[in-house]
Amino acid sequence: MTANTEIFQLLPHLVIGVGIVLSVVIEISTKKSESILPWFTILIFVFAGAHSIINVYDYQILFGGMYAIGGVTAIFNFIFTIGAAIMVLNAVDYIKKSKMNFGEFYILVQSSVLGMMLMAGARDLFMIFIGLELMSICFYVLAGINRSRMGNTEAALKYFLLGAFATGFIVFGIALIYGTAKSTSIDQIVFAYEYFITDVLFLTGLALFVIGFLFKIAAFPFHMWVPDVYQGAATPVTGLMSTTGKAAAFSVLIIILSAVFTQNITNNFEILFAVIATLSMLYGSIVAIAQDNLKRMLAYSSIAHAGYMTIGLAAGNIESVSGIIFYLTAYAFMNLGAFGVIALIEGSNEENLDINSYSGLNSKSPILAGFMALFMFALAGIPPMAGFFGKYYVFVASIKADLTWLAIVGVFSSAISVYFYLRVVVYMYFKDSTSSIIIKNSFTGLLAVIISGLLVLVFGILPDTLFSIITSVLSY
Amino acid sequence: MNTIPMEYYLLISAFMFSVGVTGVLIRRNAIVVFMCIELMLNSANLALVTFSSFLGDPAGQVFVFFVMTVAAAEAAVGLAIIIAIFRNKLTVNIDEINIFKW
Amino acid sequence: MILEYILFAILGLVAVVTSVAMITRPSPVMSAIFLVLNFFALAGLYLLLNAQFIAVVQVIVYAGAIMVLFLFVLMLLNTDSEHAILKEKRKLKFIGIFIAVLVFIQIGYIVFYSAPSDSVTKEIAESINAGKIETIGTELYTTYVLPFLASGFLLLGATIGAIVLAMKKFE
Repeated sequence: MTANTEIFQLLPHLVIGVGIVLSVVIEISTKKSESILPWFTILIFVFAGAHSIINVYDYQILFGGMYAIGGVTAIFNFIFTIGAAIMVLNAVDYIKKSKMNFGEFYILVQSSVLGMMLMAGARDLFMIFIGLELMSICFYVLAGINRSRMGNTEAALKYFLLGAFATGFIVFGIALIYGTAKSTSIDQIVFAYEYFITDVLFLTGLALFVIGFLFKIAAFPFHMWVPDVYQGAATPVTGLMSTTGKAAAFSVLIIILSAVFTQNITNNFEILFAVIATLSMLYGSIVAIAQDNLKRMLAYSSIAHAGYMTIGLAAGNIESVSGIIFYLTAYAFMNLGAFGVIALIEGSNEENLDINSYSGLNSKSPILAGFMALFMFALAGIPPMAGFFGKYYVFVASIKADLTWLAIVGVFSSAISVYFYLRVVVYMYFKDSTSSIIIKNSFTGLLAVIISGLLVLVFGILPDTLFSIITSVLSY
Repeated sequence: MNTIPMEYYLLISAFMFSVGVTGVLIRRNAIVVFMCIELMLNSANLALVTFSSFLGDPAGQVFVFFVMTVAAAEAAVGLAIIIAIFRNKLTVNIDEINIFKW
Repeated sequence: MILEYILFAILGLVAVVTSVAMITRPSPVMSAIFLVLNFFALAGLYLLLNAQFIAVVQVIVYAGAIMVLFLFVLMLLNTDSEHAILKEKRKLKFIGIFIAVLVFIQIGYIVFYSAPSDSVTKEIAESINAGKIETIGTELYTTYVLPFLASGFLLLGATIGAIVLAMKKFE
């Protein structure tokens, strides 16, 4: 392989990396940076996403086994970049509305996306760690970017302290893995996984590492930060954290456990993941019923969704990996859409987040009500929407792995979750408006909602297009 | 080169890690909690250097270098967050900082 | 090598005692000072492990830069001491301590039960000389060049983030 093709393959990363530096220059040099930067950011994200998905079949390992391009990485890069592009489109008017309109916001979004891409492509524990920290540090700042608001800074503090705590676990886990495997290369670890796993020290290290990442995916016993952070952070930022951030953490879990998925090795973590999945699903779905604040409700629903995806990790076969990736894609767009609608309806000072603000929405803005209903149906997993197939693939994989009871718990918990998702729809269509909220017109915000709505419908009606790409790519 | 067995170093590292975890769980001052997290990172560094030195492999020490980079970046951002919350609330006690319940 | 054992015992003891003192002192400033002492003891242990470069960086970066930043913020905010560390929320905290002790016993047991045998002989380990600045520099700029580049973006992001949070003016 010549240096030229290598640079061509790394183009998405180079474009975003150069974009970050250029954005800093734009921010410093012009007064109008706030109106240039969003479009510049969207441009580089769309380019990077398109480049990744076009070269999805071009799997290569670069930098002497340090970094992988194409394959599953490309699909994850697609989720990250397109998800972030939708979020930026949505945020343009939102951050003007809430008076935190400065260019650094976009630079931080770009940096966090670069971190996620480095995580998804990592073939070495070094890359995983640096990518994770690049993403997390940008998220800590983004969560508290409107620092004059109490809720914002508090969300940032909680997210930061618990995120750094999880980092401590991850680093100690990496130290133990390195000590026993005598290498930090994922290929080495995967190659001799069966031999290493009999070593208790290696198992402890891997367990600490996995616990650290369970913090990041917001699964049950490690979820304490989720409701407060998701409620406190600015709405588009919450959308980004809950979708692409979760996808990035799952990509690492898939990478580190890939020996289990591909080589039919006994899954030592099966019971751990099964218990965590059960608890997350039930806890998320049951507590979400009592929530009146829509952002908080979606935070609990995010815990439940982490549970559904963890079923896939417990099942530990190749079908479950493709199920998780499909689920993550679907979840990314339906959740971004839902947060997009919330961001449009939200007032300039965090008002109108209550479910009562949504009563009679249909009479005020039928488009927004229609799309919100679409996203709620998708999140609940009602058939022609993408969310249904995400759950379907994961449940089928778990039945294949003789974990039928887990699939039954999953179906049961989805049935509970239908209640609180449909409650929003009932409020929008069958209740009379009690409050007089004024929805500010925002063309870009509406565009973001429409794009994510279309993607949810496309992946729902034609799930095979994406699913066949994922399965064929996984054979590498 | 080393006559002291590896286990002794690892034991100190494990002890410091546990002390760090305890500190995070029992202290209420956000800055002290953050210092306990630094202690956890340092215990991991000690384990990494121990392994690296006993395996004769520089990778572990390069990793320590990266952990230090990350710790510096986290310290900058974390202390900025703590200053921001102090300006709003005039306290850094994480029990008192709860408009949402903790 | 009796001297090595004596040094190890002293440094190890200092590391253990200062770490416990750090989490039990009520005054945050005292905690920070004990953490600095702990970092010095660790630097000594790194020297015993033949990791000279990391020992120097530990003193310069951790003790010299990061902890000074901590102390500055502590002075700036002038926070109160926590006099009743174990008085409030007693049960919860004892559960916390219990979990930590459990973690320690577990890791300690595992370390003695299955510490990896040194696969290389002392001579080979000595000839590689992993702690030398030259070896680390070579690794950093060849094998690990991609994470090295990425850490540049990490520092850029952290700088921008700290500026946004601490300096940016709001209308």
